[in-house]
Amino acid sequence: MSDALKQTVQEAFVEPACATNRAKSAADRKKGCAKPLTPGAAAGGCAFDGAMITLQPIVDVAHLVHAPLACGGNSWDNRGSASSGSMLYKTGFTTDLTELDIVMGHGEKKLYRAIREIVEKHDPPAVFVYSTCVTSMVGDDIGAVCKAATEAFGTPAIPVDVPGFVGSKNLGCKLGGEMMFRHVIGTQEPERTTAYDINIMGDYNLSGELWQVKPLLDRLGIRILGSLSADARYRQVAQMHRARVTMLVCSHALQGLARKMEEKYGIPYFEGSFYGISDTSEALRTMCRMLVDRGADADLIDRCEALIEEEEAKVRAELAAYRPRVEGKRVLLYTGGHKSWSVVSALQELGVEVVGTSVRKATDNDKARVIEVMGTEAHMYENMAPKDMYATLKASGADILMSGARSQFVGLKARVPWIDVNQEKHEPYAGYMGMVDLVRAIDRSANNPVWDDVRRPAPWDEDRPFAGHRPRIKDRCPVTGLANDPTDFED
Amino acid sequence: MARLTRPRRAVSTNPLKTSAPLGAAMAYLGIERAIPLFHGAQGCTAFAMVHMVRHFREAIPLQTTAMNEVSTILGGADQIEEALANLKKRANPRFIGIASTALTETRGEDVPAELSDILARRPDLADLKVVYASTPDFDGAMEDGWAKAVRAIIDTMVPEVDPMFCDRDLRQVNLLPANYLTPAEVEEIVRMVRAFGLKPIVLPDLSFSLDGHLADDWSGCSLGGTPVDAIPDMAKSAVTFAIGESMRGAADLLGQRGHMPVQVFRSLTGLQAVDNFVSALMNVAGTADAPPAIKRERARLQDAMLDAHFQTGGLRYAIAADADLAYALTSALAGMGAEAACCVVTSPANPITEAIPSDTAILGDLGDLEDGARESGATLLISHAHARHAAAATGLPLIRVGFPINDRLGAQDACRVGYRGTRAFLFEVANAVLAHPHTARPEDFGAAPIEQEFEHDRPQTAPH
Repeated sequence: MSDALKQTVQEAFVEPACATNRAKSAADRKKGCAKPLTPGAAAGGCAFDGAMITLQPIVDVAHLVHAPLACGGNSWDNRGSASSGSMLYKTGFTTDLTELDIVMGHGEKKLYRAIREIVEKHDPPAVFVYSTCVTSMVGDDIGAVCKAATEAFGTPAIPVDVPGFVGSKNLGCKLGGEMMFRHVIGTQEPERTTAYDINIMGDYNLSGELWQVKPLLDRLGIRILGSLSADARYRQVAQMHRARVTMLVCSHALQGLARKMEEKYGIPYFEGSFYGISDTSEALRTMCRMLVDRGADADLIDRCEALIEEEEAKVRAELAAYRPRVEGKRVLLYTGGHKSWSVVSALQELGVEVVGTSVRKATDNDKARVIEVMGTEAHMYENMAPKDMYATLKASGADILMSGARSQFVGLKARVPWIDVNQEKHEPYAGYMGMVDLVRAIDRSANNPVWDDVRRPAPWDEDRPFAGHRPRIKDRCPVTGLANDPTDFED
Repeated sequence: MARLTRPRRAVSTNPLKTSAPLGAAMAYLGIERAIPLFHGAQGCTAFAMVHMVRHFREAIPLQTTAMNEVSTILGGADQIEEALANLKKRANPRFIGIASTALTETRGEDVPAELSDILARRPDLADLKVVYASTPDFDGAMEDGWAKAVRAIIDTMVPEVDPMFCDRDLRQVNLLPANYLTPAEVEEIVRMVRAFGLKPIVLPDLSFSLDGHLADDWSGCSLGGTPVDAIPDMAKSAVTFAIGESMRGAADLLGQRGHMPVQVFRSLTGLQAVDNFVSALMNVAGTADAPPAIKRERARLQDAMLDAHFQTGGLRYAIAADADLAYALTSALAGMGAEAACCVVTSPANPITEAIPSDTAILGDLGDLEDGARESGATLLISHAHARHAAAATGLPLIRVGFPINDRLGAQDACRVGYRGTRAFLFEVANAVLAHPHTARPEDFGAAPIEQEFEHDRPQTAPH
C-alpha cells in the first residue's frame, strides 16, 4: 500500500464527525473501525466493493476496474440502482489482466490504452478507474496514469485508489467519497443556483427509492443539485459545492465527506432518513428549516408542515386497510444501523409484534432508540449465526423474517416468509408511499397460502391404515430389463 | 473449424468470463458435506458467493481465508490454518476444498507444502479431507478452474491401484462432468448410465447438492454430492467417462490411478454425440441392445429434428460461452443446418475451440458478441444472462445458457444433453425463432405501399 493511500485510510479512521469515533479512546481510534476478520468465518465485501457501491450509481460515467477478471467480472451488473438516463454505468469495463500482463508489468500501459478505447467509443463525461488488490500490490500507479490520460484525451480520468485489502466495505464507501472530494467536487460550476438547492448523499436510488421522495421535494420547490450518488450525473457530483444544504441519508460512511464539504464550502449537513413515516417527516422538516437558515423564503417551513400533514394523513389512511391483515404477526428483524429502530416503530404502529431486532452496525444512539421503542433490550442482539436463526424460525419463534439477501435462504429453508429490507432489494420502500409498499409486501408474503402448503407433511410421513397384501412383483424392469425376482439368477 | 482470434485491445467490455476460482468452488460444492474456501481477500469470496447464490437461488457456504495486506505480504499459511480450524468447529464439514485467487498467486505461495505441514501438526483436522487447487483469476475461466479442482480432488484422494490385484467392479463407471453441465443434466446422464444396469460414480455431483431442494435441517455445508468415501473407490471402476474436453486432464489422471480405459465425450448434445455415448455404454454393459425407454427417446429426438429443421435450417445465430458449452451447442445446431455466425469463447486453454463449427472463435467478451451479432446479421443470441443487454440493444431473442443465469428461475433444471435434452434444446431454439415471426411487408420486396386514399379514414383496432 502506498504511503498516500495509507494516509487516506488513517484519516478516515479518525473522522471527528463520526459519533462512534468520538466515543473511542485515542488508541482505539488509531486502530480504525474495522474489526479484524476471522478466517473461515468472514462474510461481506471488501473496500473496492464499497467504493463501487458508492460511486457506481453515477450513471453517465464509465466505471473501469483495473484488475484480473474476478473483481469486475464477477460483480458487474449486479446492483439495483436505477437511472433515469444514461445506462453506461451498467456496462462492465475491466482491464482483465492476464498472467503475462502482471508478470511483465504491462498493467499501466494496458490501463492507459483502456481509458483511450473507452473515451473513443463511448465519450463519457469521465472515466473512473478503480484500483484493486493485485494492481495495487504490483505497484501500478493509477494516479499517474489517470493524470496522463486526462491530459492526453481531454476527458477526466478519476483515480479511485481503494484496493480491496485496505479494509471493509464500509471503509470503501468512505474512501470512495473521499476520492470524489479530492478529484471531482468543485471542478465545475452550475449554470444557475437557487436558494433551494440541496445535496443528497448516501442514497443510491435502489429500485428507484429516490423517486418515491422526489415528488415531495418537487412540490416544495427543492432542487437536488448534487447527488452522491442516486441517479447522479457526473456534473451533479462536480457541482456539489454550490448547494445550500446537504442531507446525509442513513449513512455513517459519507459523514467525513459531509464534514469536509461543510468546512471547505460552508454547506451545513444533517443526517436523516426516508425510511418510515416519522423519519420522512423529520427529514423534510430539518431540510426546510436549514434551507430557510441559508436564505430560502420563510414560508417554506409552513408549506412543508402543510405537506407533511396532508401526506401523513393520506398514508395512514392507506395503511389502515392493511392493519387487520398484518396485526399480530411476529417479525424477526435482522438488519443494521438506524433501520433497527425506524422500521420497528413503523411496524409497531400497525400492530405487528417485533420479537427481535439486530443492532449490528448500530451506534449507541441507535441502540438507545431501540430500547425506547421496544421497551426492553431483551430482544436486541448483535449477531446471529445462520444456524441459530434457522433454529429460532423453525421453532416458530417468528412468523416473518425481515433481513438482507444474505439470510434469505435461512428464512425460506425454515419455511418462513422472508422480506428483503437491505440494499439488494427489488422493491423501493422509501418515503410515505414506500411505507405502504413495505406493508403491502409483508401482507403479500405472510398471507400467501404457500406457507401452509409447504409445511404440510408428505403422504409418507402421515399415519396410514394398512392397505392389504399385494402379490410379489415377478416381472422384469421395463427400463433396465433386469429381473426383479430374487429367484431369477439370469442376470 | 474455428480459428481462435484475439482482438487487440486493452479494455474488456461486459465480461463474458466468470473467474476460475468460482469454477473451482462450484466443483467442491459437488462433494458431500463440503465447504469451498477461497485463499484470498474477503471481497473475492463475497462477489463469487453472491454470483452463485443468484444463479442457484440457494445458500452457498463459500468461505474465505480473509487475507489482509499484512498477511498478503508475510504469507497466508496462518490464515489457512485458522480458517480450517474455524470451519471444522463451526460446521463440521468432511471436505474442504481450497482455491487460490489472483491475490495470493501474485505473491506466490507454496500452499501444498504449508498445507501438509498444517495437517501433520493438527490432529483435530485428521478426519477432514483437504484439497488445494491453484486457480489464479488471471489464468483461464470458470471451466478451467472447475477442471483444475476436479484434478486436484483426484490427485489427493484417489490412490493408485495394483492393476493385477484390484477388486475391479465391472459395472461401476466413473463420470467426470464438465463445468457447464447443470444438475438436471448430470441427473439425465446418470439415468442413461443406470438404464444399462451400470453404477455411476459422478465427480463432482451437483445433482444432489445444487438441484434446489428443501432440506430438513440447516447444514452449513453442501447439501449433498459425491460421498467422500466413494471417491477412493473410483480407482476400481471399469471405465472413466469424461463429458467435455476440459475434463481430459482429470480423466487421464484418474485412468492412470485406476489403470482403466478413459473415454472423453466432447459433447452429449445432438443425435450423433448421444449415439456415441450410448454405444459406449452398450460396450461397458456388454449388450448389443438398448433399453426400450432409450430407444423410444431416440425415436422422439429424430421426430423433433424433423419438426425443428424448418426453423433451424439456415438460421444464423451468435453464441458466447465457455468453450465446452459453445462446442456442445454449436455442433448440435450445425447438425440441424444452423450456422454460428459469431462465436465468442472465454479461455484459450481448451483445444475444443478448434473443433467449433464456425469460421472464427473470438477470445472475447459480450461486447464482441453484440458487435459480432450486428455485423454477421445473426437473428438469435445464445449466452448467459448478462447478454440481456446485448439482446436489448440488438433486439434479438436470447437463449440463456451457462453461468450466470440470475434473472430467470430454474437454471438448475435446464437439460440439453441426452436424447431428451437435445429434443428440448431443439424445441427451445425453434420456439425462439417462432416467437419472433417476420410478417411480410410490401417494402420488403421493393413494392410500393398501398395508397393512402384506399385506407379507412378512422383509426381501427383489430381484434388480434
